[in-house]
Amino acid sequence: MSNLVFLPILIPLLAGAVTLALWRSSRWQKRVSVISTLVYLIASVMLAQTVSEQGHIVLQVGGWQAPFGISLVADFLATIMIVVTAVVAFCAVLYSLVSTPGTHIKFGYFPLLHLLLAGVSGAFLTGDLFNLFVWFEVMLLASFGLLTLGGERAQMEGAIKYVTINLFSSALFLSAIGLLYGSVGTLNMADLAVKLQDVEQQGLVNAIALMFMVSFSIKAGAFPFFFWLPASYHTPIIAVSAVFAGLLTKVGVYALYRMFSLVFTGDIEFTHEILLWVGVLTMLSGVLGAASQFEIRRILSFHIISQIGYMILALAIFTPAAIAGGVFYLFHHIIVKTNLFLIAGLTQMLQGTYELKQMGSLYRQRPWLAALFLIPAMSLAGLPPLSGFFAKFLVIEAGITSQQWIATGVALFVGLLTLYSMIKIWAEAFWKAQPEASGKDISLPLLGVIPVALMAAMTLIIGLYAEPFIQLSQATGEQLLTPATYIQAVLGGQP
Amino acid sequence: MSALMAVAIGILFAASLYMMLRRSIVKLVMGLILLSNAANLVIFTSAGLTSGAPPLLDKVTKEAPVGVADPLAQALILTAIVIAFGVLAFSVVLIHRAHEVVQTDDLDQMKDTDQ
Repeated sequence: MSNLVFLPILIPLLAGAVTLALWRSSRWQKRVSVISTLVYLIASVMLAQTVSEQGHIVLQVGGWQAPFGISLVADFLATIMIVVTAVVAFCAVLYSLVSTPGTHIKFGYFPLLHLLLAGVSGAFLTGDLFNLFVWFEVMLLASFGLLTLGGERAQMEGAIKYVTINLFSSALFLSAIGLLYGSVGTLNMADLAVKLQDVEQQGLVNAIALMFMVSFSIKAGAFPFFFWLPASYHTPIIAVSAVFAGLLTKVGVYALYRMFSLVFTGDIEFTHEILLWVGVLTMLSGVLGAASQFEIRRILSFHIISQIGYMILALAIFTPAAIAGGVFYLFHHIIVKTNLFLIAGLTQMLQGTYELKQMGSLYRQRPWLAALFLIPAMSLAGLPPLSGFFAKFLVIEAGITSQQWIATGVALFVGLLTLYSMIKIWAEAFWKAQPEASGKDISLPLLGVIPVALMAAMTLIIGLYAEPFIQLSQATGEQLLTPATYIQAVLGGQP
Repeated sequence: MSALMAVAIGILFAASLYMMLRRSIVKLVMGLILLSNAANLVIFTSAGLTSGAPPLLDKVTKEAPVGVADPLAQALILTAIVIAFGVLAFSVVLIHRAHEVVQTDDLDQMKDTDQ
């Protein structure tokens, strides 16, 4: 049964290989991609079902027992991330069928997309630190390819920044792995958690923890390492931007959650205090950056940063309620943010631009598209009864109970500014009259609208029927803060 | 020996950061190459330097003699070298394409996306 854990990695890898073999036939690449992401979705739901019964599923790859082999571990957090990834992947592939230009598909769009998914899934499921590094690199190389497909000037400039900062972060990650291995002699996360409890030099562990924190913060786009994100995320085609916005930074956040709830918990007053301020400043700088922008994709890119701040804040408060809020925030945000990018793509199909100044009249032209935009936009801003309200509510409530007044105040203020940005898009693109109407009547492709509607429906469900989702987040929070169960599941009967 | 290695790694890191902060994209890639080498040497050194003791099992007892080199760290470095090789090959192609498209190798000219 534990082989189920490997499926979310195996399916996209296979799909990547098959689509690569079908290099000449765009049509078959599309078919294989739809089928494989659907199978991936089914496999992830099956995994979720098993995990919800058993708590942890552990696969020791090749039968090599932990801590000597590589362990793949599916706990609640990893499984939630896998399921949401599958949803995003399926929607993005459907959307790509109609929005991706033929030239991109000819040069390997689908194989790269599947490899990206394999890397993301591997990063979520692995229980070994070096293996995490390898999956990061798989994901990065695929994302480099996707980012530069098309070869326009803005893409090249964005890609140089993106590649450089990510390679720097990887080198830092690798050095930290080396130092950690040198000081405790293991890289299995569960084993690390055990061994680090007995380390006498807490100062050395803190230094290594900070190296990991910086490395993952760069990948997550946290303050002060966020500048690469708004410089590159708006350059590729919109389906790629949507997948990046939904998944890539969240892998960094996931890694922070994993490392700072399981491994580096020896000196919480030091590490989590830093995380708290990183979270606060990330929220602020992201939302202020967004307020100054007038291009939809750039506004949305800056909002990724500010939302990452909430998740890091939740991790920093480090109570079960806060972590629960952070987990809720993670899966709510991935769906909403991907959806907003896809909707931006639809508006671009209609009006041929992403510049708010040149857009307008969308509400009159396409009232239902306006409704589809309002759902994720208001959810992002945190208006009840949508999913974002409960995410913000859980985090802020946890902040108040643990008396983090400044952080909580900033979180509330940032929510207000998020609303401002969303209303700016609404007023400029949907409400005001278009300055130079083209007069052409363009019909939107159905396959472009279905994924948007699907994700909007999920946002509504998470908001209106929040109870099971909140319970799931709370169970995840409890599980993350009792690392003993994770260690027990991976290492078995060993102490 | 480790002290010497530590100094060498420090110099490598410093040199790579200096190169990355220059304006030319060719120097940027050189900086990235040095950076990945420096990271590999960190793993190599921190796992402990042993000379003349390969990690081979004893013929008779089938057990590793005391004080052999740690093969795991070397396996990690091998993996990291291969990955770095792939990534750097990509970045060399990237700067070549970027130079063709943007018509300059000056990073200061590449800030269209930041405005």
